Amino acid sequence: MSDFDFSVIVQNWAFLAEGLRYTLQVTVTAMIGGILIGTVLALMRLSSITPLQWFAAGYVNIFRSVPLVQVILAFYLILPLVLQMITGKQIPIGAANSAYFTFTIFEAAYYSEIMRSGIQSVPRGQVGAGYALGFTYGQAMRYVVLPQAFRNMLPVLLTQTIILFQDVSLVYAIGATDFFGAADKITQRDLRPVEMYTTVAVVYFIICFTLSRLVKWLQSHIAIIR
Amino acid sequence: MNYHWDWMFFFQETDDGLKYYDWILSGLGWTTFVSLASLVVALILGSVLGVMRTTPKRWLVGLGDAYVDLFRNVPLIVQLFMWFFVVPELVPENIGLWMKQDLPYFVIAIVGLGLYTAARIAEQVKAGINSLSRGQRFAGLALGFTEWQTYRYVRLPMAYRIVLPALTSEAMNIFKNSAVTYAVGILELYFQYKQIIEKTSQVLEITIVVTLCYFVLAFVMNRILAFVEARTRVPGLIVGTKGSK
Repeated sequence: MSDFDFSVIVQNWAFLAEGLRYTLQVTVTAMIGGILIGTVLALMRLSSITPLQWFAAGYVNIFRSVPLVQVILAFYLILPLVLQMITGKQIPIGAANSAYFTFTIFEAAYYSEIMRSGIQSVPRGQVGAGYALGFTYGQAMRYVVLPQAFRNMLPVLLTQTIILFQDVSLVYAIGATDFFGAADKITQRDLRPVEMYTTVAVVYFIICFTLSRLVKWLQSHIAIIR
Repeated sequence: MNYHWDWMFFFQETDDGLKYYDWILSGLGWTTFVSLASLVVALILGSVLGVMRTTPKRWLVGLGDAYVDLFRNVPLIVQLFMWFFVVPELVPENIGLWMKQDLPYFVIAIVGLGLYTAARIAEQVKAGINSLSRGQRFAGLALGFTEWQTYRYVRLPMAYRIVLPALTSEAMNIFKNSAVTYAVGILELYFQYKQIIEKTSQVLEITIVVTLCYFVLAFVMNRILAFVEARTRVPGLIVGTKGSK
């Protein structure tokens, strides 16, 4: 412990910060994309059209029963095959880019379950009231149900995003340079595992702990008074 | 699409004289072993922490809360790397050497995954105990039970049955999380998956098979715990959300 060398961290800070920026970019992309796709999946799951229900249920259940590391690797390898099938030529995607896609698709399954319970938390009568006012299905969802569902579920959506932020570290599996990947690469070169891994753990802890406290605070302040 | 489907490669011989399906079975064995062992660690420690966080003792609550905050806010893969590469350097030299040389590495992986999951189980156990009315504890104390006895005979038997559905999903998650232990050298299912892809390039077939394996593991765990849930259901208690997975 006495020979904990801070200079290793200082020297490599730019590289680590670059990794952290990538982690944040993947997190934000997957959060926005995941919530959008997740909401559509939730609406499909709750619709009265059976094939749509099946599709949504299948999508959610498959992605929720597979380890994320496996999906990351599988998509990294399969995505180029699919693109080649569509466009007919080989397009190198690269590990860093495929992760944006993988996380969006994967997290959509989790966000969809959250949005589903959010939509179900809105009393049925409100949809009826919307229809009575002459709203179409789309309008009733857009102006009545989804805003409330979103607000009710905001803390849970953000908690899921904190989990997502931590899960980005699993791009280690395909060698992309996220925050943890950056630290790992520096370790391979400088052989300072104690300094590097501890830094990663501490930074992750500070960010996630702060965010989870904010979510807790938010939770007590946005509750809808009925 | 010029992908070459070949389902028979599972029966081809590998470099070490085995067949590819042997690799999958061996991976499946390790996944099951690591997951179940970690689950035992997590259930024991998680219960202790969960109980600590509901006691009237301030410092026990603080300690339990700190543990949960710490282990929930650092990614699993980082935690595993800490146990493997950092902790042995920080403990006294002879212990560190023993951890690096003599301690089987799967023990560290099991402990790491177990400690990570314990934080989640502690949350569930705490929620279960807090969902009971205070009167149950008071009734126990009025009967002359000690604080510990109110846990042992009154509160925990109820709490576990209430949170069993939540524990079921944690027990299913641990199979998925165990895939991360490949990064510290456990030859479990995901490791074999990665290795078979490198050797054969039959990505689609192996992805389908391994996905099914994980599916089956989670499903079996779900059925076992659903059985336990049905057997231990508290008579007269309204259990909501039955059967919705």
